[in-house]
Amino acid sequence: MEFIRDYADWFYLIGAVLFILTLRGLSGPKTAIAGNRYGMIAMAIAVLTTFFVADHPVIWMIVGAMILGAIVGIARARTVPMTQMPETVALMHSLVGLAAVLIAIAAIIHNNKLVELGPELLAANGISFHEMSKVHLFELFVGCFVGAITFTASVFAYGKLAAKKWAKTISGGWVKPVQALIFIAMLGFGIHFFLSGSMTSFWAMTALALAFGWVWIAPVGGGDMPVVVSLLNSFSGWAAAGIGFTLENNMLIVAGSLVGSSGAILSYIMCKAMNRSIINVLFGGAMGGAAAPTAGAGEQVQRNYRSGSADDAGFLMSNADSVVIVPGYGMAQGRAQNAVKELANLLKEQGVTVRFAIHPVAGRMPGHMNVLLAEADVPYEDILEMDEINSDFPATDVVLVIGANDVVNPAAKDDPNSPIYGMPILEAHKARTIMVIKRSMATGYAGLDNDLFYNDKTMMVFGDAKKVVEDMTKAINGTGH
Amino acid sequence: MVETITIFVLAIFVGYYVVWGVTPALHTPLMAVTNALSSIIIVGAMIQTVGLPVLGVDANVQFQSINVVSVLGAIAVFLASINIFGGFAVTARMLEMFKPKQKKKEG
Repeated sequence: MEFIRDYADWFYLIGAVLFILTLRGLSGPKTAIAGNRYGMIAMAIAVLTTFFVADHPVIWMIVGAMILGAIVGIARARTVPMTQMPETVALMHSLVGLAAVLIAIAAIIHNNKLVELGPELLAANGISFHEMSKVHLFELFVGCFVGAITFTASVFAYGKLAAKKWAKTISGGWVKPVQALIFIAMLGFGIHFFLSGSMTSFWAMTALALAFGWVWIAPVGGGDMPVVVSLLNSFSGWAAAGIGFTLENNMLIVAGSLVGSSGAILSYIMCKAMNRSIINVLFGGAMGGAAAPTAGAGEQVQRNYRSGSADDAGFLMSNADSVVIVPGYGMAQGRAQNAVKELANLLKEQGVTVRFAIHPVAGRMPGHMNVLLAEADVPYEDILEMDEINSDFPATDVVLVIGANDVVNPAAKDDPNSPIYGMPILEAHKARTIMVIKRSMATGYAGLDNDLFYNDKTMMVFGDAKKVVEDMTKAINGTGH
Repeated sequence: MVETITIFVLAIFVGYYVVWGVTPALHTPLMAVTNALSSIIIVGAMIQTVGLPVLGVDANVQFQSINVVSVLGAIAVFLASINIFGGFAVTARMLEMFKPKQKKKEG
């Protein structure tokens, strides 16, 4: 047992290496499963080692808490529908944040209690104790406030993604000054705590950090949630790294940095796919600033569009050579992925080439559409990323857009006045025929009208995504036999 | 101090290059698994779930199991465990879906 304690750092090193391999595995679906297992092994090594490192651990409390956590976590993991992954991930981020705050609070109280007891007494009883240095206090303060912001911001993101009533988007001129005020006050109390060690300042700093997390994310609109979720992913990593510094535990630092950079990269990819900067997403409000002039430009000219029935659409598709399906948030919302897969299979049986085109920001989190399609058993090879498929659109007979809007808006390419100008899009408008399944002519998250819907080649099919797709399948079945 | 910062900076670089290698189709599993990974803070939580030394009647130091620090630590262990078990399990579930399946005969 002494052995494990003496060589603890070596065990943590093995864990850190396995964590890197976990992420490495995700480069492809075949290696990913093994990668996930490396992660589990690494975690097991870390937890077992820590039992020997901890000073007088209360084993029954730790094990009990772990078992309870395992029950809750596994139950949730087994039952959560894939359409609810974004809010589940947001909720998980909040747990990391809250845990980081609790650890920081516990560490400070622990330190204070031991100081109260007196180092001489402890030393006389053979208990080694070093009072926290300024550096440690600083690291703890960073871990605590990053954790606190992650916690409340993620809770809000969860509410927003799960469409809870309490998660209201806030807007108005007061928001930015209030954000700034809370942030400055938070830093002020943090610095005071660091200099004086005053517990009052510590509590004030933590409370303000919790408040800041909320007012920071609350003005961000639903369409920008992929960026927010990625960013909070990054934050949860930095919180772990902060705690790692306090404990001088390299595995925590490595794991935290890996997660931190992972989330940062995802945020960057999402921002790039929307042609926006992270600053713009977080502090620009819900695209309201840019979209307002367009919407306020008086009564809009009534424009003509062509609408058709699901039967017509089905007939057209079954006679096509190639069909590209562009899924968006509407498919997730309508839980239409299985119906879409049925349709794709039927078309394939009829000799039609069917592929799926995924925009990086389709859905509410990175990779959201891919998971839904994978759940519905759509073959991995049939799903293409934006860069892979864009050149194929001109030669495509039919593009079927299901509940996507801004990601196929040609204004992003040719209207320099459009707020989304410059955003990379799926060039569905280049196809021979475009079909759009939508609930109504309402605008997308950017609040913009979409020229694609008024295109001569476009046919609008109104209705619930799942219902319409099922009707299309029925129509094709009817004509086929 | 500088050693820990060295590790921190190098790990960020490793993370940067490794994560760029992740295929975009697996970005949702990536987020789920990184959630589980950041729950490595359970190590910090466990280190706080410890008995506190208190002065006994006979001036001896004894360890008290249930105290404010260990309770906070245990709650943190609970929260991190939800994430660890849930994160790895949900990732495994998703990755299973991405596995190429044998074609089922229909009809």
